[in-house]
Amino acid sequence: MAAISREEVAHLARLSRLAVTEEELDTFAGQLDVILQAVAQVGEVAAADIPPTSHSVPLTNIFREDVVTPCLTPEEALSGAPDAEDQRFRVPRILTEDVAS
Amino acid sequence: MSELTGKSDLTRMTATEIASLVAGGETSAVEVTQAHLDRIAAVDDRVHAFLHVDTEGALAAARAVDERRAAGEELGPLAGVPVAVKDVLATRGVPTTVGSKILEGWRPPYDATIVQRLREAGTVMLGKTNMDEFAMGSSTEYSAYGPTHNPWDLSRIPGGSGGGSAAALAAYEAPLAIGSDTGGSIRQPGAVTGTVGAKPTYGGTSRYGLVAFSSSLDTPGPCARTVLDAALLHQVIGGHDPRDSTSIPQPVPDVVAAAKLGATGDLTGVRLGIVSEFVGEGAEPGVMAAFRESVDALTKMGAEVVEVSCPTFAYALPAYYLIAPSECSSNLARFDGVRFGLRVGDDGNRSLEEVMSLTREAGFGPEVKRRIMIGTYALSSGYYDAYYGQAQKVRTLITRDFTAAFERVDALISPTTPSVAFPMGARTADPYQMYLADLYTIPTNLYGGPGISVPCGLSEGLPVGLQVMAPTMADDRMYRVAAALESAVGTFTPPAL
Repeated sequence: MAAISREEVAHLARLSRLAVTEEELDTFAGQLDVILQAVAQVGEVAAADIPPTSHSVPLTNIFREDVVTPCLTPEEALSGAPDAEDQRFRVPRILTEDVAS
Repeated sequence: MSELTGKSDLTRMTATEIASLVAGGETSAVEVTQAHLDRIAAVDDRVHAFLHVDTEGALAAARAVDERRAAGEELGPLAGVPVAVKDVLATRGVPTTVGSKILEGWRPPYDATIVQRLREAGTVMLGKTNMDEFAMGSSTEYSAYGPTHNPWDLSRIPGGSGGGSAAALAAYEAPLAIGSDTGGSIRQPGAVTGTVGAKPTYGGTSRYGLVAFSSSLDTPGPCARTVLDAALLHQVIGGHDPRDSTSIPQPVPDVVAAAKLGATGDLTGVRLGIVSEFVGEGAEPGVMAAFRESVDALTKMGAEVVEVSCPTFAYALPAYYLIAPSECSSNLARFDGVRFGLRVGDDGNRSLEEVMSLTREAGFGPEVKRRIMIGTYALSSGYYDAYYGQAQKVRTLITRDFTAAFERVDALISPTTPSVAFPMGARTADPYQMYLADLYTIPTNLYGGPGISVPCGLSEGLPVGLQVMAPTMADDRMYRVAAALESAVGTFTPPAL
């Protein structure tokens, strides 16, 4: 039985903000199914009472000294931006006209 | 010595030899740099190790070293030595693509900490090396800019994701290189190109300025043709960085002294454990033969070698291919077409979300898309406990296997990879087959300890690597064992290009 359907892959692509093509969906559906069936092996390990590890270094709440250090100028920070205006990143339309009105 | 100082041979020297000649005034950093730039010009159209060669920047850095020497300044142990840097590290003013179209043309406004330390040490950055896109891959075939070829056999893969750095070393285009290792991306390319690649303890090298793939696993580290050279580079780039909150606030273990100690060929009193799970039927016979001969050599040098079982290592690969994609799906959300890189479809009518989706569709390659979607799946409610949550628990068990093993032995050993370099194109149609190349290297990343691959022999004329894994912050131990093995088996030279 397949672990994931073509429709589910299409949903994942939407969640991932990937405008995939129909052809890609066909390919990815098969490939993701193989991968998910293989990685599902982690379920074979009896680990109900085992604490999870998110990170190998047990460090928490690392703060630096509160001192002023040099940082990027606005020009440097914007130097790689696809579009900029008045020292700001310029973005495409965020609100639809319905919402705006 | 006279033949070594000939200009045409500068590219064949170790970093240690080059630094000594520069410091002694027997050659100049400019001469050394020019020799490597000439070599790149002669062979890189066939190898394609580099995505960008910074000719002017390299020569300027070399001139600065020569001027400092002329002024009588004390030079560091690697001053004047050229370094190739994997394109995953931000380099101020120098293109940084991480092998992806989504960052094509980006020139970072700042240096990664490691790059800054390389500059301060007087090394000369030659350029940026090719890699699988976003460091996701084991063959460098997933680079958006075309694959790198293995200098041992141009029809074969150089490993990945850091195939460019390893190939640059094997092709004598650079004596030193920087890589990054999330699941084996330094060690596996090292193994299949006959070079040395070390993954430091996680947190032992700074991630500041490293384009993030899987933040709890990503570890930048040194690549070289000899163990001592790798140790010298490790010493330069390693150590605490206040700009990386996961950086370990402790000094780097003395890996250089350890490499020198190992090179004496005496391993008396050193206990080594062969990982039972990694010497079974999974590895090619030729790889196992070279590994067994190396174990004999290590035993002859006085090491006590036993087999150690680490039963949960069998689940490291599936756990990794849940944890790494999960972290990647989150990390790569920053590529939204707003602050840097590509923007596609912004016609004034489309919404931000539409432009974002079109940008990411155009900018990411297939493997990156697969991993983003796997991660999105594993983190979604309903699947979280069975996939990501369970993988994190397996990570705990793998760490316990390491901890238990290190109560019995000082270091663990295994082949670095199950196979020698495979032909290009052999695994691109089957993504999961590609993942299996990292079978033996992944456990170390999940645990966070250090691992090194050192050339240990040839199988059918292709290099085989032996991996040494040590406890967290005991990086020195792996350098000692690796240097000892190197002293016994020597280094391996590919056929002339």
